[in-house]
Amino acid sequence: MTDMVEATGVADVRELDEVIIRFAGDSGDGMQLTGDRFTNASALFGNDLSTLPEYPAEIRAPAGTLAGVSAFQVHISNYDITTPGDAPDVLVAMNPAALRSDLHTLVPGGTLIVNKDTFDERNLAKAGYDHSPLDGDELAGYSVIEVAMTSITKDACKDLGVKPRDADRSKNFFALGLLSWMYSRPVEPTLDWIDSKFAGKDLVIGANKAAFNAGHAYGETTELGAQRVIVNAASLSPGTYTNINGNMALSWGLVAASQLSGLPLYLGSYPITPATDILHELSKHKAFGVTTFQAEDEIAAVGAAIGASYGGSLAVTTTSGPGLALKGEAMGLAVSLELPLVVVNIQRGGPSTGLPTKTEAADLMMAMYGRHGESPMPIVAARTPSDCFDTAIEAARIALTYNTPVLLLSDGYLANGSEPWLLPEVEDLEPIVVKHATEFNQTNEDGDGVFWPYLRDENLVRPIALPGTPDLMHRIGGLEKEDGSGNVSYDPENHERMVHLRDRRIASIPVPDVVIEGDEDADLLVVGWGSTWGAITGAVRRVRTSGRKVASVHLTHLYPLPANLGDVLRSYERVLVPELNLGQLVRILRAEYLVDAEPLSKMRGQPFTAGEIQHAIGERLVALEGDRS
Amino acid sequence: MTDVLDPGTEMDLGPVPETTRADWSSDQEVRWCPGCGDYSILSAMQMLMPELGARREKTVFISGIGCAARFPYYMDTYGVHTIHGRAPAVATGLAMARPDLDVWVIGGDGDMLSIGGNHLIHALRRNINLNILLFNNQIYGLTKGQFSPTSQKGKVTKSSPVGLVSRPFNPISVALGAEATFVARTHDMDRRHMQEVFRRAYEHEGSAFVEVLQNCNIFNDGVFASITKKDVREDMLIDLQHGKPILFGSEKQFGVTRGPEGVVIVEVAEVGIEHILVHDETIRNPSTAFSLSRLAKTPATPTPVGVFRAIDSGEYSTSVAAQIREVQAQLGKGDLAELLRSQPTWKV
Ligand SMILES: Cc1ncc(C[n+]2csc(CCOP(=O)(O)OP(=O)(O)O)c2C)c(N)n1
Ligand code: SF4
Ligand SMILES: [Mg+2]
Repeated sequence: MTDMVEATGVADVRELDEVIIRFAGDSGDGMQLTGDRFTNASALFGNDLSTLPEYPAEIRAPAGTLAGVSAFQVHISNYDITTPGDAPDVLVAMNPAALRSDLHTLVPGGTLIVNKDTFDERNLAKAGYDHSPLDGDELAGYSVIEVAMTSITKDACKDLGVKPRDADRSKNFFALGLLSWMYSRPVEPTLDWIDSKFAGKDLVIGANKAAFNAGHAYGETTELGAQRVIVNAASLSPGTYTNINGNMALSWGLVAASQLSGLPLYLGSYPITPATDILHELSKHKAFGVTTFQAEDEIAAVGAAIGASYGGSLAVTTTSGPGLALKGEAMGLAVSLELPLVVVNIQRGGPSTGLPTKTEAADLMMAMYGRHGESPMPIVAARTPSDCFDTAIEAARIALTYNTPVLLLSDGYLANGSEPWLLPEVEDLEPIVVKHATEFNQTNEDGDGVFWPYLRDENLVRPIALPGTPDLMHRIGGLEKEDGSGNVSYDPENHERMVHLRDRRIASIPVPDVVIEGDEDADLLVVGWGSTWGAITGAVRRVRTSGRKVASVHLTHLYPLPANLGDVLRSYERVLVPELNLGQLVRILRAEYLVDAEPLSKMRGQPFTAGEIQHAIGERLVALEGDRS
Repeated sequence: MTDVLDPGTEMDLGPVPETTRADWSSDQEVRWCPGCGDYSILSAMQMLMPELGARREKTVFISGIGCAARFPYYMDTYGVHTIHGRAPAVATGLAMARPDLDVWVIGGDGDMLSIGGNHLIHALRRNINLNILLFNNQIYGLTKGQFSPTSQKGKVTKSSPVGLVSRPFNPISVALGAEATFVARTHDMDRRHMQEVFRRAYEHEGSAFVEVLQNCNIFNDGVFASITKKDVREDMLIDLQHGKPILFGSEKQFGVTRGPEGVVIVEVAEVGIEHILVHDETIRNPSTAFSLSRLAKTPATPTPVGVFRAIDSGEYSTSVAAQIREVQAQLGKGDLAELLRSQPTWKV
């Protein structure tokens, strides 16, 4: 890597441990793509990283308006990081609206790079400015770099025969080229990517490359030399890495579970943000024998998955909050039928359509209790984008081992955010053992062999005989069943027994103990679930680095809860539970363990920053010290 | 890594054994009201099965909720009594996962045309291999007598004490509107007719939709009596026969011909036999069949029964499976380690 820096002949490249860059522009400006490419180049360069794409709910909100701003934040570092960063060090604002909506995120004194060509009267007015902020001194607190990105890009494309209006669309590659120079990113991955992405469209390839090179050259040839920075590769554990987002990892985890169990994967789904990418991704993997079914609605999607499960597939249905609400009755059926099923909920801002493209984690109560009757379901939640892979396998393992529907919770932040992932060796993944019944398991009064579909084993798991199995024909359904025979039964005692059996069989599924991170002897424990892991872990590290004590535990299994959790909770004086909801886990913990756990809520469509949790921890630690003095 | 198998394909079952009605009857006590039309549908099915040469273990009955939907419990086959309206959806997943099975879907008029109407039309649109039997009694039986989406306008029920305001769905028209590839009607008073129609449905590749006019003797007794009773049948049921002129009446004195607003009933003597419509199930354009489905405005006028439409068209689950096989033939079976490395990677 040092080679490259020397090759440019620039002596004064500053070395930084980390940098947070935020690309912001109009939805039509290609900011997600720009951020994504910068991220991939950084991943290949060897940085640790974490990303936060943020885009509006409308496909094309009115151009140039605040509502149309799309942003992509990426945190790159030379050490192990867990979040996309508290506040960007660099903000790239492609138009006045982006500046106006995102300037507040920039750290004081941070670098602001603006496309000054867009700061004309019309765009300023659309962003609600009555004058250009570039003229006054309101940006005095930042290091402002004004670049005429549009005109330089058009100039660079002039000789290629690209129409000026088309050239305008390549200006994001100018920004990418400039940032790639400033942060000493390798250029080849981006140029190669342009070639493959736009294969067959030579003019587009030409324009994008010209824009990218112009941006890179702009950095090199202007006084920006002093701004050049390098964030060296992180010392990550050895192995092969790829940059992965949560939905891709989740999809691959499901494919892996199919391979591990030997059951064909069946996905029933209905498009909904931010879960749709899983349907897209799995639809590509027919080579793995994956069947995807885009149903007429979410109820049909889960219904079809139940049908496929009954037929012997590894059945999955994927959705987001509103869709999960529709699946409620069918999940109850799966509970009653005791069929394996993975229900994936990529949470988003609610209620109702809410904030469809923004993250939130307020479906925990619905996951726990959102079905009629006593209908317990195991719940697992992923903690990072790459962890979605393991969590998907875990959900499938529980479903297939215990013949039960399982809820897998992820959220918009994990779904779209990405991080480097140390690829597992396929041989190390544990097989999922599935056994279907092929023989009678009971004798009737006449001494003949019969099959009883609800005759449970020592784990209270019922046998499943797939249709097609000779002699084991039987009927199952949503009506209450007689314990053992599975025949319809309205007997009150039997019903009470069955309710308890269903409850017990799920409650007794073994899950791993929670592991305490940080100081076991601290006074304060932070408890997290889902995507708060990154921010909590970052915050706990900072607090401990500052010499104070704090501990954290993170829950992958939300139902059943780890057996040691109660003892762990009770051994701390204070328990803080950060959640992207009004305090749902905290209610469960209080009800379950009678501990005085305290919520920390955030409901802004964005994940916690480590700083926010660090601050909350700090306040509690001060209070605890105050109590003692 | 285990080899991913197609469930259902690995067992060698040998030749289809001879069976009798008893083999297809489960040990469960049938719990419909005495006199309910569902009994005769059940026995027609149980008696037909041995003739079809079907395998019990390869036969699955999927139902929704309602009186009709209890049907699977009484068949000694595989079966799932699902939730209200969703049987076509569950059956779709099963048929996609297991093309080796014969999947029957059973439901009432409320089940399949009200709460489950969407699933029904989409199953028909896809043309997936399901035999869908809708037991139409023009009432909600299990919930004790509310109007259903097939109840006639003006109908007095518990939930329409001064008469129903809305007009009904005609199940055959709905199915034809969804361009179902097999559409037929039969009724609970004629076992032979039911069996013939069920057999045709069974043999059809794709979604087969059958409306079975069924008497609910408790909440809607006799709604179809004026057309299905033995002594009126000749005059009131128009038996559609492929390739034959559409005639009915004791002397075959009535027939169906095309009029300016669709098909109409005429006296053969008046128009001449050459002007009587010859029934053709295989016309791809569903318009004539649709027009036939509109012939009877109420169950008090002559009503066509039999097969309205039976056309060949690509079956859904086979096409889905074929896409998977084609991709596997092109790319080989997927390799997980390769998948994980399919995006840019780097080594540390
Ligand atoms: C989600 C849901 N809503 C309502 C019901 C109550 N319900 C059960 S059966 C039924 C209607 C039955 O009518 P139909 O489908 O015509 O069947 P029939 O009983 O007439 O055979 C209703 C409304 C239910 N079981 N589930
Ligand atoms: S209520 Fe009607 S449909 Fe239901 S079982 Fe009784 S007679 Fe049959
Ligand atoms: Mg009914």
